[in-house]
Amino acid sequence: MSNYVVELKHVTKRFPGVVALKDMGIQIKPGEIHGLIGENGAGKSTLIKVLTGVHQAEEGQIFISGKEEKFRNPNDSAAAGVACVYQELNIEKLLSITDNIFMNKWIKKKSGLLDYGTMNKKAKEVMASLGVDVDPSKAAGSFGMGVQQMIEIAKAILIDAKMIIMDEPTSSLGEKEVELLMTICRKLKSQNIAILFVSHKLEELFELCDRVTVMRDGEHIWTKEISETNNDDLITGMVGRSMEQLFVKDPTKRGECALKVEHLEEGGVFHDVSFEAYNGQILGFAGLVGAGRTELMRAIFGADPIDGGKIYIKGKEVKIKNPRQAIRNGIAFLTEDRKGQGLILGNTVQTNLILANLKGYCKGLFINDKKVEEVGAENLKSLRIKTPSQQEIVGQLSGGNQQKVVIGKWINCDADIYIFDEPTRGIDVGAKVEVYNVMNNLVKSGKCVIMISSEMPEILGMSDRVIVMRGGRIMATITQESETFNQEDIMKAAWGGKIDE
Amino acid sequence: MNKGKLKSKSKFADRLGTLGALLVLCIILSFASNNFLTQSNIMNIFKQTSVNALISTGMLVCLITAGIDLSVGANAIFCTCMMGMLLQKGVTNPFIMILVGILSGVLVGFVNGTLLTRLHLPHPFVSTLGMKNVLWGLALLVVNSQIVSGFPTQVTWLGSAVLPAGIPVLGGFPISFILVIVIFVLMDVFLSRTTLGRSIYCVGGNPEAARLSGIQSANVLTFCYMLSGLMSALAAIVLIGRGGIANGANAIQPYDTDAIAACIIGGASFMGGKGTMSGTLIGALIITVIRNGLQLLSVSTAVQNIVIGLVIILAVLLDVTRERMDAKARRLATQ
Repeated sequence: MSNYVVELKHVTKRFPGVVALKDMGIQIKPGEIHGLIGENGAGKSTLIKVLTGVHQAEEGQIFISGKEEKFRNPNDSAAAGVACVYQELNIEKLLSITDNIFMNKWIKKKSGLLDYGTMNKKAKEVMASLGVDVDPSKAAGSFGMGVQQMIEIAKAILIDAKMIIMDEPTSSLGEKEVELLMTICRKLKSQNIAILFVSHKLEELFELCDRVTVMRDGEHIWTKEISETNNDDLITGMVGRSMEQLFVKDPTKRGECALKVEHLEEGGVFHDVSFEAYNGQILGFAGLVGAGRTELMRAIFGADPIDGGKIYIKGKEVKIKNPRQAIRNGIAFLTEDRKGQGLILGNTVQTNLILANLKGYCKGLFINDKKVEEVGAENLKSLRIKTPSQQEIVGQLSGGNQQKVVIGKWINCDADIYIFDEPTRGIDVGAKVEVYNVMNNLVKSGKCVIMISSEMPEILGMSDRVIVMRGGRIMATITQESETFNQEDIMKAAWGGKIDE
Repeated sequence: MNKGKLKSKSKFADRLGTLGALLVLCIILSFASNNFLTQSNIMNIFKQTSVNALISTGMLVCLITAGIDLSVGANAIFCTCMMGMLLQKGVTNPFIMILVGILSGVLVGFVNGTLLTRLHLPHPFVSTLGMKNVLWGLALLVVNSQIVSGFPTQVTWLGSAVLPAGIPVLGGFPISFILVIVIFVLMDVFLSRTTLGRSIYCVGGNPEAARLSGIQSANVLTFCYMLSGLMSALAAIVLIGRGGIANGANAIQPYDTDAIAACIIGGASFMGGKGTMSGTLIGALIITVIRNGLQLLSVSTAVQNIVIGLVIILAVLLDVTRERMDAKARRLATQ
């Protein structure tokens, strides 16, 4: 009998143009929570897909409890006891929780009809064991992301999984839900179920995991007990450089007021919001998820209607009714949802790069292909977008490169005010640094940058001033020189406390 | 950059596939029937293609936006009946007649577009299906369910006139197909080289991202349905020329499905974002050639329909299979 519940040996997996996994190995003990980190494109997703039978590796072996297995499809791996909760949940939102849990493994009565009585009861039990008390006959989509995730975990429990893979499980959860998830992970661990916990958030790994494995370029870098490592060690392992180099904040000079907002109001979303943003500076927006920051920016950008208040650009009042008018007024808005709102995924890199300024690349009536080609080549170089060509379909690129295409799109429309909503979400450390560089260059050239971020180090590392929002209201405005420019005080404001001046 | 070139080359090859299918079809039919490869029959094929080709143009634009316009056929017949109504009322000015026909078509398109964008109907399938029935009824209503004939020659010219027989090779070439060629060239340039044309593909790919990039998605979509209405109106004028009549009962002829078939054979997709003018033209020709050839061979309409149906399925099957083969080839190339 092996000591490991899941063991991967010398696995190699190739894709067109890249080796996604190179002689990769990982060993997971029964009942341990095993962290897995690496930059985007390091091969984590491929590793998961090999473990779940979505992809088949060309070389190497998979052992489950010491027995070699060949996974030809996800059913094989499920039968062997490997389950996965993907980042993008596989929930049928219109179907009930019960239907979701028992999909493909229905319980039938003797008559051959489905036995909803039993299934509902079982579904309720298993959800309750996860600490969620819900009516399982309700549509899954009517619950929050946290509950939907629990449905996925419930599915895993019902197939008697020996190991559950969780791919970025906390990326879409609120604070409370993250806590619940962690409690459940510990509970599963006590039932001797192993968890492979993939996360970008180092704090979570330290809080939860027993051991952690670092991947880079499809290879196993090292596996250590969590107590034997620290932040710097992990980051060095991932990228081969340390944390200090992450935020390079050049000194800035405050210019004129670029954007001034007065008593802005959107019923039930945000109230009486007033602030100013200056050229040559980065204004950070901190707060919890749901504090109304994204909604505020969408309203300023004309994506959602406002119910009151005034917007001034360079001292002149403007009425912005739709995104087109916002762009004409020199505002660029990098949305938080890159795939849904930022890119035409099925279109080429080239088209996406000129999307926000089609008119600007015209000669008379027609699009000037030569100019488009030139600016595309320039973008690929200056933003270091890794793509086989400008004609590549943008959906084929990695997350970081997709984000750079979105940034390129806005740089090409030559705005004065750049709003970045969670610009580094879900992209790897290397690409993050490049995004920070873009922001630094923008403010250096006298532009105004507004950055919404839920990552405290990013807010502190990049902002000249920070506005903290909570429940649709501005709680505090803190400048970099202030004594309260620190994580503790900002969090206090975000949670509704008063900052003692 | 090399790869970009390669890709456009393979796109050209895709087009060659459909074109090849058309040629093979013609070769087979010219052996099967002595009457197929005659000057008069070839001109006939062009004549028979024009209506479907025009309607397909509008359909393609809607398909690119991941939408559909099921009201195209009924709209064309409605336009003929609007012109017929003028005739019944004693208006014989050809200019007014054509203007009213075109305005009716564009207006219907505007309503379709507005239902989709400003009134937020879930999918154009619903609104245009409803519109199809409304127009069928209206077409009959405006002419009191009568068949109207006796249109002025200036109106029928577009659909009936041909180049003089004296011209070598092109003698008898229908004016209506010259219109088709002009429209297709204009539309090809429009779709690939203008901002609005490119915006149509972008809105088809992701309307929200397009909107947040400053493209007025709602206006672009409304424009697409108006364009489709315009094409239906042009088809209506050609129809009047060919048949000499306006008959509301024709509103349920399968114009809409023929147009969809032409687009799909030509490489368009219901998922949006795909489709070219040249492909659609070839698609429309393929459908006419099959109908024409089978008619020459005295095959019954029932069997003709079966063949057309199978061709549509085969065309999409080939397309899907080729994409899968390409993906596999790319995968193997790296090993």
